[in-house]
Amino acid sequence: MNSADYSNVLLQAEDLLVRRGGVTVLDIGALDVLSGQVLALIGPNGAGKSTLLLTLAGLLKPARGRLLFRGEPIGNGGFDYRRHIAMVFQEPLLFDTTVFENVATGLKIRGVGRAEIGRMVPEYLERFGVGHLAKRSARKLSGGEAQRTSLARAFVTKPEIVFLDEPFSSLDPPTRDALTGDLEQILCETHTTAVASTHDQTEALRLADRIAVVNGGRIAQIGPVAEIMNRPANEFVASFVGVETVLPGRVVETSDGVFVAAVEGGEIQAVGHVRTGDGVLCCIRPEHVTLSTNTSFPTSSARNVFSGTIRKITPLGLFHRIHLNCGFDLVAYVTRQSLETLSLDEGKSVIASFKATAVHVIPHQAPR
Amino acid sequence: MDLILEGLRKAFYLIFTLDREVLGITLLSLQVSGTATLISLFIGISVGTAVALSKFPGRQLVVSLINTGMGLPPVVVGLFVTIFLWRNGPLGFLEILYTPTAIILAQAVIATPIVTGITLASIQNLPANLRLQILALGATRVQMVWLLVKEARLPLLAAVMAGFGGIISEVGASIMVGGNIRGYSRVLTTATVMETGRGNFDVAIALSVILMLLAFIVNAILTQIQQRERPR
Repeated sequence: MNSADYSNVLLQAEDLLVRRGGVTVLDIGALDVLSGQVLALIGPNGAGKSTLLLTLAGLLKPARGRLLFRGEPIGNGGFDYRRHIAMVFQEPLLFDTTVFENVATGLKIRGVGRAEIGRMVPEYLERFGVGHLAKRSARKLSGGEAQRTSLARAFVTKPEIVFLDEPFSSLDPPTRDALTGDLEQILCETHTTAVASTHDQTEALRLADRIAVVNGGRIAQIGPVAEIMNRPANEFVASFVGVETVLPGRVVETSDGVFVAAVEGGEIQAVGHVRTGDGVLCCIRPEHVTLSTNTSFPTSSARNVFSGTIRKITPLGLFHRIHLNCGFDLVAYVTRQSLETLSLDEGKSVIASFKATAVHVIPHQAPR
Repeated sequence: MDLILEGLRKAFYLIFTLDREVLGITLLSLQVSGTATLISLFIGISVGTAVALSKFPGRQLVVSLINTGMGLPPVVVGLFVTIFLWRNGPLGFLEILYTPTAIILAQAVIATPIVTGITLASIQNLPANLRLQILALGATRVQMVWLLVKEARLPLLAAVMAGFGGIISEVGASIMVGGNIRGYSRVLTTATVMETGRGNFDVAIALSVILMLLAFIVNAILTQIQQRERPR
C-alpha cells in the first residue's frame, strides 16, 4: 500500500528544497498525493506543514525540486496549475463584500458567465450551510460562518486538489466538529483530492486516508492511517501520534448502544451512536489493554478478549510497551513487575482484553 | 469687528449673485486641483501598489523617500517646477509656465507622494496571506493586483481626500508657476493672497468661504462613501 500505484498519483513532488533567510525550512525527497484521497500533514508547530502546503499549491517557489501534476511538470509560473487547485487558510481571508460575491470570486476570475455563477454559487452556499447569508457582508459573519464561506469559495471552482492549512484550528470545538463533518461529506461526494495540515489528531484520523508526519522540514513517515498509528517508524512519530491502536472498521451489528465493528483480522465491541454499515476508526489506548497468560478465558466485564502473540517489547523506563499481533496490531503497556510475573517475552502467546467503553470511536468514511 | 461683518456680507452677496469673476476663479480651482488629483491617483496608486508588492534592493530607501515626499513643501515644488519650465530650463520648450497646465503639474507633484504613501500603507496592511489566497483562486497577476486594490478601497478614499485637500488649499506653488493672471491662471488661493494684500478683505473673505465650502463638500461626499462601507 505504501508503494503507491502510479496511475493513481495526481500530484508528485520531487526533491523539494525551500530556504528562508538562508535556512533550509523544507527538504522533501519525494511525496505523492494520490487521486481521490485525503492526505493529512501532521506535526508540531514550525515543522514546515504550511510551507509544504504552499509549495505543493504552487504558491511558494522552491529553491530546488519540481512538482508534477498528472505526470507533467508545472510550468508557466504555476498559473495553469493554480486554475486546477484551491486553498483554504486558517484565516477565512474573505473579501470586503457580500458572502455571495466572495464565493463568486474564483468563478469571475475564470471568466464564468453571470448565469452560470447565479446557478453555481447558491448551490455551494447551501452545501456549506450559508445559503441564508448570501447577501450578508462578509465582515458580519461569525468565525464558523466565515470559514464555511471560505470553503464554499474554494469548492465552487470544482478544484482537482484542495489544500487546507489548519482550516478549523481557530474555531470552537462544536463548530470545528460540525465543519469537519461537512468537509468530510463533500470530499467523499465529490471525490476531491485533498491535502490538509492539522495539529488535531482526531481531525486527521477522521478526514485522512493517508497521513504524513512532518518534523523539522522533513517527512518522518508517510502511509495509510492505521500504519502510521499502529506502526510508527521511529520514536518521534510514536511520541507525536501517541501509541494508540487505531483500527479502521465497519459496523456489522448494533444492539443497545453496543456495536460490533469488523476490523481487519477480528471483531471489536465498542459503544457509540452508529448505524450498521458505518465506517469507524476504533482507537484503543495502550493503558486500557490488560494482558494475562491464563489459557482459560476469565469472566470479566471486558467485552473484547483476544489471544495473540507478542511481536516486540520496548522498555520505557517505568513500564514496557508491548506490541501484539492479535490478527490486528494492538499495543499495551505493562509495568516491569507484571512483565516479570507473567514472564512476557517476544513470541509468547498472551490473552489481551479491553472494555467496550475503552474504545474511542471516530466516524470515518469508508476507504475510497 | 465691522470689518469682518462687512466682509461676510459682501462675501455672501458675491456668492449668491454668482459674481462672474468669483465663479470663474472657483471653477478653475476645481478643474485644476481635480485634474491634478486624478493624475496623482493614477501614478500614486500604481507606484504605491508596485512598491508594496515587490521586493528589491533599496526598497527601504524608496519607502522612506515616498514618506518624506508626503510632506513636500509646496513652495519648494513651485521653485523646481518653475526652474524646469523656465524658458531655457529642461522643459522650457513646452512653454507652459504661467498657465493652468503648469499649476496642474505642480499640484500633481505635491499630491502624488501623498497618494503613493497612503496606497503603500493600505496595501501593506492587508492580511499577508490574502495575496496567496487570491493566487490560489486562480488569478492572473493583474487580477491579483486589481483585487488587492479593490480590497484597500476604503483607505484609498483617504488618499483621495488627503491629496485633493492638500492641493486645493495650496498657494505657494500655484502662485509661482501659475502667475495669478486674472481670468486665466488665477485660482482661489492665489486670488485670496492678492485681495488680502490689496486690503480688499470682503473679496478675500468671500474667496476663503468658497474655498472652505469646496473642501468641505468634497470631503463630506467621500466621507459619506467611506463611512457607509465602514466595517462594523
